[in-house]
Order: sequence, then C-alpha cells, then structure tokens
Amino acid sequence: MSNTTSITLRVNGEQVESQVAVRQSLADFIREDLALTGTHLGCEHGVCGACTVLLNGAAVRSCLMLAVQADGTAITTIEGLAGLDGKLSPLQQSFMDHHGFQCAFCAPGFILTAQTMLEDGKKRDRDHLRAELSGNLCRCTGYQSILASVEAAMNFAGAASEDGA
Amino acid sequence: MKFPPFSYHRPTSVPEAVALLAEHGADAKVLAGGQSLLPVMALRLGQPDHLVDIGRIESLCHIEVTASGLRIGAGVTHAEAEDSSTVATHAPLLASALPWIGHRAIRNRGTVCGSIAHADPAAELPAVALAADATLVAVSVRGERRIPASGFFEGFLTTVLAADELLVAVEFPAMSPGTHSKVYELARRHGDYAMVGLAASLRIDGMGVVEAAALSYFAVGSTPVRVRVAEDALVGQPITAAAIASTASTVRTELDPPSDNHASANYRRHIAGVITERVLTSITSSENAHTGYGAIA
Repeated sequence: MSNTTSITLRVNGEQVESQVAVRQSLADFIREDLALTGTHLGCEHGVCGACTVLLNGAAVRSCLMLAVQADGTAITTIEGLAGLDGKLSPLQQSFMDHHGFQCAFCAPGFILTAQTMLEDGKKRDRDHLRAELSGNLCRCTGYQSILASVEAAMNFAGAASEDGA
Repeated sequence: MKFPPFSYHRPTSVPEAVALLAEHGADAKVLAGGQSLLPVMALRLGQPDHLVDIGRIESLCHIEVTASGLRIGAGVTHAEAEDSSTVATHAPLLASALPWIGHRAIRNRGTVCGSIAHADPAAELPAVALAADATLVAVSVRGERRIPASGFFEGFLTTVLAADELLVAVEFPAMSPGTHSKVYELARRHGDYAMVGLAASLRIDGMGVVEAAALSYFAVGSTPVRVRVAEDALVGQPITAAAIASTASTVRTELDPPSDNHASANYRRHIAGVITERVLTSITSSENAHTGYGAIA
C-alpha cells in the first residue's frame, strides 16, 4: 500500500483535489496544503478544541482525523463563515461585539463549535451552553465573554426565527 | 505530535477488512473514529504498521432492532447513538452513558464499538456493556464469534479479541419491563475520565421489589467491575433507603480501586459509595427513571 493517496473533498464550498501523505492529519492538510491557517493547533491530541472544524456540518477535532478520512466530505473552516464580501457571520460579529477574544488563539474552535449550536435550533440555557463549550479551552478570557458572545448570538437567532414564524 | 508512518487500507466490506487483518495480524490496528487510537499514535504510545480504516464499510453503520435486542454496528458513532430514539427506547443505559463521553466533537467521530474494543477501564461504554450483559460480535476469516461482555475484558486496554478479529457489532439484550437504568460519574471536569463511575440497572416489580440488579463500576481497576455481592444482596429486597445504604456500604468494602494523581484508593472507595446512593435513589424515583417498557416481540 502506498503511503500517499489522492483525496477529493469540498472545503468552504470549493472542490479540492490533492495528493496527501496518509499519516497527515486533517488539521495539517488544511493549514499546510491549503494555507487556511485560521484552524489552530494547540494540543494536537484532541483535548483543547482549537482545531475544531465542521465535517459535513458536525464539529470535529481536525487533529484527530487523518486527511484521508475526510475524502469525499465537506469541510467548513473559520475562513468559510464570513460572506464573500468579507461581512462577518452573526456569530463572528457577536464575538466582536462582546469581546469574545483576547489573544484569539482559541476563537476559531469556539466559533465553529458554537456554530453547530446555532444551526441545530435547540434552545439552551447558560448552563447547557457552558457544558457544550467545555470541550474548548481558552487560556485568557476567563470564558465569560465567550459565553456572552455565544448567548447573544443564540438569543438573536432565536428571536429572528420567532419573528419569522 | 504527528502520527508515525503507517500503511493505510480502506476496505469497503467486512470480508475485505478481516482478510487484511488476517494478513497483517498484530502489526495492524483497526481505525474507526480514531478518537482513542489517533491520540495514542500522536503520543507514540502505539505505532502500528498498518491501519485498517473501517469507516467506509456501509454494512457496519446501522442501529437495528433484532429479535433478541438492539444491535449497534461498528461504524455507528457516539453522536448517532445519542441522537437515536431507537437507542433511547431499547438501550436506555447506553443512552444515559453517551452524553458523559468526552465532548460532542469527540462523539461526532468516536464509535460505540471502538470504545468497547479499546477497553479503557475508565471509559463508560465497557462498563455499560458489562452491566447490560451485552454480546460482542467478532468476525475473522475463521468465522464469527459471539462473546459475552462478562468474558470480553481481560485487563488495561486488553480484550479477548484476537489480532485478526474485527468487532463488528455490540448487541444489547431486549429490555424487560420495569427496568430502570442510569450512568453517573464523578470527574474533575466534564469530559475528563471519571475518578469513579457507575452504570447501574435495576429491574423492579410492581411491589417495588428488586428482581435483577447490575452494578458496573469504571475507573476502579484494570477492567470495569461488577460488584456481584451487592447485586445479589439487592435481589428480592424492596428498594428502600436502608437497602440502598447497605448496598453502598458493600460496594465500598468490595471495590479495590487504584490510587493515582486524581484520587486515592480510599477516596475512590468513598465516592463509589456516594454515587451508588445517588444513582439508586435517582433511578428508583419515577421522574428520573429511564424505564424500558414493552420487551421487543
């Protein structure tokens, strides 16, 4: 068996075909081969959540996946959230508005984790939000501003869907 | 923290997968979700020469209700099982365990069977399989083997699976009416390995008398541990506060957990008693019970 293989996947809506080493992680493929360096690597063994990306819409640790396992899937990285015109997504804007960043190393992981919560439409109180964000580590904000950012975006999304109903 | 080199195989059927395992044997590891195996490789605690990725074997990706119970294929992720109303109905003990496992991003990749085959003694699902008297279905080129959970776990990260065998499914027996079950654990942080955890299942008749009991503890030794003496003492008794206190006391005496950085043996024994009381009290009060009605025809 060869130690490189060809993969085809969609990344942020664009079709990508590439030859990858089978031992390359999805995170390294995204950062090094695609030069999408918004996906951050902290612990590289699945603990910190900084490398979170969406795989077919579900949050996953891209350091705990081989690039070859992503063959045939659709990946969304932090670069895929803003509009083509550069307009931030509502969640990104909420992080800006509520000071959800300090050094921001953890922010892409938090934002993509929270994005799946915005999309599934389930209502969550603060304790649930806290529990569901507990798989992402931040070393500087103390989490309160991150929680506030996510909560505000969820409340906004909830209010918008009620208005539309 | 990069993965060491290996040869990668992606079979599309079980016969193809087990042929690869037969060829490469002890030099190969099965890759499903990779949430345990890949960290092991990143930390160089394991360096298999071959990975057999079963993630594209469609026949393994099913949750099925069968004549004897619920069958979960080796491709089913924790998240798929967590979101499945079939699992909630037919294997509530498993359903109760799933939210405790890591975080959602881990559960989106990790598999039920992978967790059982990995056999981490601090993990939830080996203890659940043991409590539920689940059956592990293993396939190799030599044929199929059905292994009761009570004979599956041999030691730390070690099971009776041979190097050429693939765990293709776990089967949970049909629930009897009146069965109440729950998983609970104490950990420093949610998503961390438990200091002590319990997968408990009680069958209680209409008069409140225990007909069957399973108390399966994790993070207390090299494998999950059922405390049979405490289970046997409960059977035939009405489930009262005194019976629960006596059970907790027996559990504290019977368990022989290890000491480590997270908790001493004495502390583990103490909290094993505490969570025994909490779980038995909770599952016997109606509002918290996961009650399985309607055995499968």
